[in-house]
Amino acid sequence: MKLPDKKGHFGHYGGKFVPETLMPALKELEEAYNNARRDPIFQNELLHLQRTYIGRPTPLYFAKRLTGKMEGAKIYLKREDLCHTGAHKINNALAQAILAKRMGKRRLIAETGAGQHGVATATGAALVGLECEVYMGSEDMKRQALNVFRMKLLGAKVKEVSIGSRTLKDAINEALRDWTTNVRTTHYVMGTVFGPHPYPMMVRDFQSVIGKETRTQILKAEGRLPDYLVACVGGGSNSIGLFYEFLEDKNIKMVGVEAGGLGIETGQHAARFAGGSLGVFQGTKSYLLQDSDGNVLPTHSVSAGLDYASVGPEHPYLRDEGRIEYTYATDEEALRAFELLSETEGITPALESAHAIAEVTKLSPKLPKDNIIIINLSGRGDKDVQHVARIKGIEI
Amino acid sequence: MNRIEKRFKKLKTLNRKALIPYIMAGDPDIKTTEELILEIERSGGDIIELGVPFTDPLADGPVIQKAHYRALKNKVTLRNVLDLVKRIRGKTTTPIVLMTYYNPVFKYGDDTFVKDAVASGVDGVIIPDLPPDEAKDIIDISKREGLDTIFLLAPTSTPERVRIIAKATRGFIYYVSITGITGAKIEEMDSINKSIERIREDTDKPIAVGFGISAPEEAKRIAEWADGIIVGSAIVRIIEENIDDPSLISKVGEFVKSLSTGISEIQNLKSKI
Repeated sequence: MKLPDKKGHFGHYGGKFVPETLMPALKELEEAYNNARRDPIFQNELLHLQRTYIGRPTPLYFAKRLTGKMEGAKIYLKREDLCHTGAHKINNALAQAILAKRMGKRRLIAETGAGQHGVATATGAALVGLECEVYMGSEDMKRQALNVFRMKLLGAKVKEVSIGSRTLKDAINEALRDWTTNVRTTHYVMGTVFGPHPYPMMVRDFQSVIGKETRTQILKAEGRLPDYLVACVGGGSNSIGLFYEFLEDKNIKMVGVEAGGLGIETGQHAARFAGGSLGVFQGTKSYLLQDSDGNVLPTHSVSAGLDYASVGPEHPYLRDEGRIEYTYATDEEALRAFELLSETEGITPALESAHAIAEVTKLSPKLPKDNIIIINLSGRGDKDVQHVARIKGIEI
Repeated sequence: MNRIEKRFKKLKTLNRKALIPYIMAGDPDIKTTEELILEIERSGGDIIELGVPFTDPLADGPVIQKAHYRALKNKVTLRNVLDLVKRIRGKTTTPIVLMTYYNPVFKYGDDTFVKDAVASGVDGVIIPDLPPDEAKDIIDISKREGLDTIFLLAPTSTPERVRIIAKATRGFIYYVSITGITGAKIEEMDSINKSIERIREDTDKPIAVGFGISAPEEAKRIAEWADGIIVGSAIVRIIEENIDDPSLISKVGEFVKSLSTGISEIQNLKSKI
């Protein structure tokens, strides 16, 4: 059966857990999306912009020196870091911006943690000519000052969120409150496969272009499908974007890598599967880092994009099905992978994507040399350079 | 017939409207909450809405958000709130409705929560992030155990949503007076009247209006049309502003009294005509 079902459920997960005020808007969005995806005008416009604006298809690159160093399976990188604005986020944000314009909305809002989705949404808004406001926690604004300026440069307003933990989850709360208030004129551009239906489905569909291109590219390069797909999992959109196309290819193993932070035992992490339990949060039912009373726990990761207490609802479903395996990489491992890829391939990955690289440095040496691993290199590391320098105690 | 239904019936025979004040359990502390409940009852509160603190209250405006965090700082949990209601049940027969986000209930367990709530003397529950579409289990269990599940309608609700909620809700319908979050300003008074009329075409269940009623005059005006008035942020703000003041309780009492007087004035006027 094709999932989600009509009510937005992936088995036990997903759904629509939102205030009544938003229920009609979610229905309106679902109808508009269903209409758009069958409409060649929308599809052609999206395809055209993917090619001429985002820079798709992004290359599938054989990482020869990294492969040599690991002395194991062949490692390919799907270069989402080469997308316009520097990460896969634009695939979704741009598509939602076109959809919102088509729906007659005049304003876009979004949440952002590291600022990548905020920048992508501000870019989409500028391109189609809509107002844009981005909610960002005051802690994140301090950590990602560069992206704050980029968003402003793109004509967006950045709204500081200084309540709660002052990070991504509070920015989402605030964006949902804004949407509840301005729902008639505003479209909420959710940045990942999270939140109430239809977001997990719609964002997945917009990101699935990653996997579709990868299939064609690996067949051309190797004449066969890969053995492993590996991607980092924050909300889960870049991973689902790569994996979705291959779900029926049962011989391909898929690994999602969460943020292990300072280690699971410290409680300072964002590994929902390793340390969380079933919960209902920000519109959907999924795995959640929470205490025994159902309050949401603070999270930690060196990478702001993975630093979130829950995960898109399709992930636990696919985990239960045994289709995707989830593991985690710690801050330290991710930082090592950040440097490793820079040194061996001349590619500085986003700290998020570095978690996937870290997993592959463990996986590859264990596999035969004729095996193929594809990593989704979901974003580039320029945004993290200052942060990493600070961690290493280097002043720039 | 449970306490909420009885209360609305009784008020109807008296030609009065229900005043439903909201406070956050554990704000500023559990003991004060107990005293506040009794004070609100003495001052004319007909049903009490008791907030359960949660880390991510996405339907609430800044005033009630801060109340959530004050109560969480005191480590108040859903379990503590049920215990509080149990203690106070010996002293009051006023219906008590919990307003809680869904995750604390889900974590507690739908079934156990409903049973424990009823055993503690809770009469109803409002879960703002749980529309009836996702609430089948809790509706069934609550019906069986005798807890009212109160659902919300909003200015954005389509006729289809009105029918779904009118059917699912028990106790009363909570009509959200604004397109927005708690404590925002009511801009279009007249549309509230029209919305209530539209809802009444689908149901004869009582309709209480809340989110944004902050002054006796507003309460008075809306009481002309609704069966109940819910006031939250305005009361919570008084608590916030007088948090260290020994007269906190009497100040809340005075304000509730002013709301109650406002509502009864219009009804006296009507009964004279």
